Amino acid sequence: MPATGPLWLSLALALATTAILLVVATPLAWWLATTRSPAKPYLEAVTALPLVLPPTVMGFYLLLAFNPSSPLGAFWVSVTGDTLAFSFAGLVIASVFYSLPFMVQPLQGAFEAVGRAPLEAAASLRASPFDSFRSVAVPLSARGFLTGCVLTFAHTIGEFGVVLMVGGNIPGRTKVISIAIYEHVETLRYAEAHVLSLGLLVFSFLVLLLVYLVNRRYPFHVG
Amino acid sequence: MSADVLTLRARIAFPGFDLDVAEELHLGGVTAVFGPSGSGKSTLLRLIAGFERPGAGHIALGDATWFDDRRGIDVPAHERPVGYMFQDGRLFPHLTVRGNLEYADRRSRARRARYTLADTIEVFGLRELLQRRVATLSGGERQRVALARTLLTRPDLLLLDEPLAGLDRARKHEILPYLEQLQRHFGTHVVYVSHDLDEVGRLAEQVVVLAHGRARARGPAAEVIGSLDPGPGTGELEVSSLLYGVVAGHDRRLHLTRIDVGGDTVTVPADLRLRPGDRARLRVLARDVAIATRRPEGISIRNVLEGTIAAVACDDESAHADVTVELRSGRLRATLTRAAVEALELTAGKPVFALVKSMSFEDRWR
Repeated sequence: MPATGPLWLSLALALATTAILLVVATPLAWWLATTRSPAKPYLEAVTALPLVLPPTVMGFYLLLAFNPSSPLGAFWVSVTGDTLAFSFAGLVIASVFYSLPFMVQPLQGAFEAVGRAPLEAAASLRASPFDSFRSVAVPLSARGFLTGCVLTFAHTIGEFGVVLMVGGNIPGRTKVISIAIYEHVETLRYAEAHVLSLGLLVFSFLVLLLVYLVNRRYPFHVG
Repeated sequence: MSADVLTLRARIAFPGFDLDVAEELHLGGVTAVFGPSGSGKSTLLRLIAGFERPGAGHIALGDATWFDDRRGIDVPAHERPVGYMFQDGRLFPHLTVRGNLEYADRRSRARRARYTLADTIEVFGLRELLQRRVATLSGGERQRVALARTLLTRPDLLLLDEPLAGLDRARKHEILPYLEQLQRHFGTHVVYVSHDLDEVGRLAEQVVVLAHGRARARGPAAEVIGSLDPGPGTGELEVSSLLYGVVAGHDRRLHLTRIDVGGDTVTVPADLRLRPGDRARLRVLARDVAIATRRPEGISIRNVLEGTIAAVACDDESAHADVTVELRSGRLRATLTRAAVEALELTAGKPVFALVKSMSFEDRWR
């Protein structure tokens, strides 16, 4: 029986990444969905980069940024006394970048589908822009939030290349489930690799199934 | 300046269309903005509401300026004391009927004043609908809820953007009584956009005519409607007149209402909600009017109005003649054939009788 440490680490990483992206990606997606700024396509392209870049490229640059001699790395060391590279915090930051499009794109699509009409209606009912975002745009985009969270969560669980680059393979700190599986295979311990792989497979299937079931059975209503 | 004056000077350009208006509307009752689709009616409302920003202009209600490019004023839509009812209602699909009403009520700045949520539910007969999902409402129910929701913002100015368009006749008749009661129950000024002169004739005290983004005419409803002619930019338009009268009584057996129009009695399909003494208004299509030089007998047409010919305009290119009759109670337009005008020797000053079938008033009076 393989150690369960990597599993919990993966779940913690996915949860943290999803929570942070929910906060970061929501305003970004809202801006992208509503702006008429000429900067929009540039930001869209940057946001989509993790979809096409090899994880090694992102991992390489993140590793450079995490180095204590870089501004970000130095700042982190001065605040926490620890280095970002090969740490759990570093993994979270890397995952946030790597999974950004998986949160931004469903949200942006959902916000665009809401359109201007309900927001004008809200404004005509004295709702301020933030109020109408909170009370109309968010509930009408519930599916987008669910999709974004699930994709982000699942994508983070399944992440390998970036983790290997910036996190390495430190048990209890950066050894997540995908790394553990890789290590088991490398060392020809196929039984352990099987248990973890099959577990991940079943888990991912169940999560996705739940999303599709919820989506089908409850056409979103609140209040 | 009086709080009843809506100043509307605005220019706005879109690809292929521009609107340029300079109006000072003395609001009172319902002011209709009439014009065919594409004339800029909705754009005008959206400028007032703050959904569109004019390139230049000045928009104000009384002393409160909502937009002025030179003074750098642009009050955001949610801070303008305006209620906007959309053509499609735009109810929030994630809320119930009650949720939609409470959404407006909670955000209203004058919650306790004038009327309560309960009053509004009562007046619009919404009690049975409160728990319903918006998606399950009929078109008429949806617009009733939308109108109630808009009123719950307690607006100083109510903007109605073709609230009856897209509803069938039965649904329209479900909503019209509520629109007709707005002033009495809620005491708010109304600007009503429509391309339907039947609605305008029934509801409006004054009318602004819009065509190609320009105001072509403005004034009291009877005056404006009576002077509307089909032409470029008016769309499909039927020449008509608006007459005012007083309800004299009902004939419940034959389901008719008698209306005193300047001393003549006009009978129309009954509306039993009105009481004797109530003001009535009737829109008469020019093609529904016949002219006789003597009081006719043995004829099914019930309504005979005495008057004199005020003007005759013949179109030499067609069979039509446009005859205006001065009645004791206003002007009535009639579209006749030139042949009839010649045969009856109709000229200005000649005393005549104008004949109108009672049934032609169906849906065109109240």
